Amino acid sequence: MNDTLANTEKKTAYILTLPAVLLVFSIILFPIFANIWISFKEVELKDIRIPEPRAKKIVKSISDEPTKIKILYKLRNSSLIQEIRDVSFQDNFPKNFEIENLDPRCSFKKYNLKCEFGNWPAKYRENFQVIFATNNGSKIDKKNLKSIKPKLDGKSDNILLNTNFTLKNFKKVLFENEFVDLLLTTFYYTFFGTVGSIVFGILTAQMVNQKFYGRTFMRSVLLFPYVAPVVALAYTWELLLDPNSGTLNSLLLNYQIIETPINLLGQKYIEISILGFDFKLRLALTTVIMFEIWRYFPLAFLFILARLQAIPKELYEAADVDGASPFQKFFNITLPQITAVISILFMIRFIWNFNKFEDVFLLTGGASGTRTLPINVYQQGFAISDIGMGSAVSIVIVVLLLMFMFFYFKLLGKRVDEN
Amino acid sequence: MRTKNTILFSLISTFFLIFLISIWKILATLQGLSINSFNIEIIFIFGLLISLAHLGIGDRIKSIYKSIIFSAIFVFCDGYLIQKLPIWYNVGVFLILYFFTNKISKYTFIGLKEEHSTQVILFDFLTLFGILFFSFVILFPFYMMLVTSFKTQIALLVNPLDFSINFGQDIKDLFKSYFVIFKSYKFGKYIVISTIVSVGTVIITLLFAIPAAYAVARLNFFGKTFLSTSILIIYMFPAIVLVIPLYTIFSQLGLRNSIEGLLIVYTATTLPVAIYMLQGYFKSIPKELEEAAILDKLSWFGIIIKIIIPLSIPAISSVALYVFMIAWNEFLFSLMFLDNPNSFTLSRAIQYLSGDAETPRQYLMAGSVVVTLPVLFIFVYFEKYLVSGLTAGSVKG
Repeated sequence: MNDTLANTEKKTAYILTLPAVLLVFSIILFPIFANIWISFKEVELKDIRIPEPRAKKIVKSISDEPTKIKILYKLRNSSLIQEIRDVSFQDNFPKNFEIENLDPRCSFKKYNLKCEFGNWPAKYRENFQVIFATNNGSKIDKKNLKSIKPKLDGKSDNILLNTNFTLKNFKKVLFENEFVDLLLTTFYYTFFGTVGSIVFGILTAQMVNQKFYGRTFMRSVLLFPYVAPVVALAYTWELLLDPNSGTLNSLLLNYQIIETPINLLGQKYIEISILGFDFKLRLALTTVIMFEIWRYFPLAFLFILARLQAIPKELYEAADVDGASPFQKFFNITLPQITAVISILFMIRFIWNFNKFEDVFLLTGGASGTRTLPINVYQQGFAISDIGMGSAVSIVIVVLLLMFMFFYFKLLGKRVDEN
Repeated sequence: MRTKNTILFSLISTFFLIFLISIWKILATLQGLSINSFNIEIIFIFGLLISLAHLGIGDRIKSIYKSIIFSAIFVFCDGYLIQKLPIWYNVGVFLILYFFTNKISKYTFIGLKEEHSTQVILFDFLTLFGILFFSFVILFPFYMMLVTSFKTQIALLVNPLDFSINFGQDIKDLFKSYFVIFKSYKFGKYIVISTIVSVGTVIITLLFAIPAAYAVARLNFFGKTFLSTSILIIYMFPAIVLVIPLYTIFSQLGLRNSIEGLLIVYTATTLPVAIYMLQGYFKSIPKELEEAAILDKLSWFGIIIKIIIPLSIPAISSVALYVFMIAWNEFLFSLMFLDNPNSFTLSRAIQYLSGDAETPRQYLMAGSVVVTLPVLFIFVYFEKYLVSGLTAGSVKG
């Protein structure tokens, strides 16, 4: 009895989870494996369209002979690079039609024209013409004739499914593509974005954790950048920072803080001298990181605030009795209580920032020294149209992420052991 | 100790005052006033004098009179004698000063002698400063987005700092950018598409996620722990690595430029977080209710429909709101999969609009307002549900 109950429970569980699991597997896990496959192939954007035989039907009446009609099919192979094999053709005609000249490749039976065109090489074109006459002399309805569409079929190789593999993509990614620079940019962007958002998260959480008028309102305002659509925010920032008539530059010029406008999103380096040391700051990258921090510190804020509100009040009361100062309380009570949240946040934000595409893409498009790995996936795959290269860069991202996760958990595990 | 604290207090409060007035000046400049300098030196001297005078006078005058007197003197000297600016600006300065003097009114000579008072002052003012600073930094772009959408190209060229809205003009002129984007750029259609995609994603996600979350929360089966950990791992996986394979597959299947394609991808990407959030809630529902239902010979379908769903309306609605917001804001996949202007979502349409360098910025901002408003509205209105859900599921971003 118990056994059958457990069995039905199992069965029910599989039925309930199956749709979700199947969908997630086919849309998320399968593509990751497909990436590996594609990254070892030389595929370009134009290759992935399956070649199709196409026919454009043109109906022409023949002057002086109203009972006859000429039909012209403009046949072509849609692909510029691949051939189509065994092309077959079919079209239907009204019941009173008789064919005048039959092409040797075709047959006309039961008002159905069938043709076998054989193999079409790439770029193949042909004007195929048939003449019909009505057998009862009635007038021909051209519109009706045009509305019947011919059917074509053919076989072709799918470049994605053959087994020609190459290591070229990975060689190119790792050795030709200024890989070190790409990696460093991604690392700066990810690391400073993550650290910045966590620091601001701590500050704001500490702030909102105190009692003041309008606190709940403040909490929702702080989350605005996180919940608003990235497209709207990125373009607003772009307009604010625009060098020609952007608000920020206009304001700075108006208050005579600067003399010439600064192109915050379009300038790769800016020279800064502090204490006689000249060094170059990556300006556009810094701006993009600022945007990133501005947009994502709310998440850190929310996590840390939730943790702060769970710290027992007795700890602070005891500290008050001992005469601790506000800074002592912060460093000795608050900070140790939130380290666990911070380490989780660091991991989550690091992974997501590492893969961030939209923000950089919308602000700079990857120009002026802001090309990160995800931007490179897009540029390789869609701007240069080299799908194989794009996939190879994706694989590099996945491998780096797995490595990061591995080391992070190892480090974290060690620290837990020590405690 | 007392002198040190007195100096520190007056310096900190003065810097706070400078900050307040500077923000007000920036906002006033953006209303078209020509203010060319922050006059920091003058405010600095005044601020020091006010805070020292405040300490010196102490309780001898009622604090409300004290505040009014200080504010009036400041406004008279700064606004009237030096800068000669309109009344509304000076009223603003007066209110700021009033707020400021009220804030410092709790500090007295005696209080400054107490232990740690330096740090307490620092902490208090840093908090105040932080609240105002972050509010300004966050709200400023949203404010600029809104006001820019009401300006015209010519007005912005004449004075790029004048964002004042002329409410005297015709409604048609005021909302001109909005009329244009709806008429010439078909934004009405894009709103419909975005709504269909987002609502559709919500419905399909819930249909898939509720049974799956129930099974993970309640039933025992082989592979359950594997499933629940893989949900979290999959959730971590970056969308950018899915783009190329999905693009190739969707191209070959003819799913690009179709709402169905977007629905499939959005559902798959939101499913893990939906299941994760829902199963946590389902676990908190008392088991006895279901046991009674099993005795009544209800099937699993009946249990979910009649017991689980009615009991978890709050969790389901918060998941629904989240999924809606994710789908509404989504950009990467809509960029990859849509290139026919007839099937754009709002985000993609705005990006397309910006691709044309000729597009005036107020149209772009009007579009941004249109795409932002629904999300912010939902967020503010349902904030309570959403905040608890955010920490539980930590929506991807």
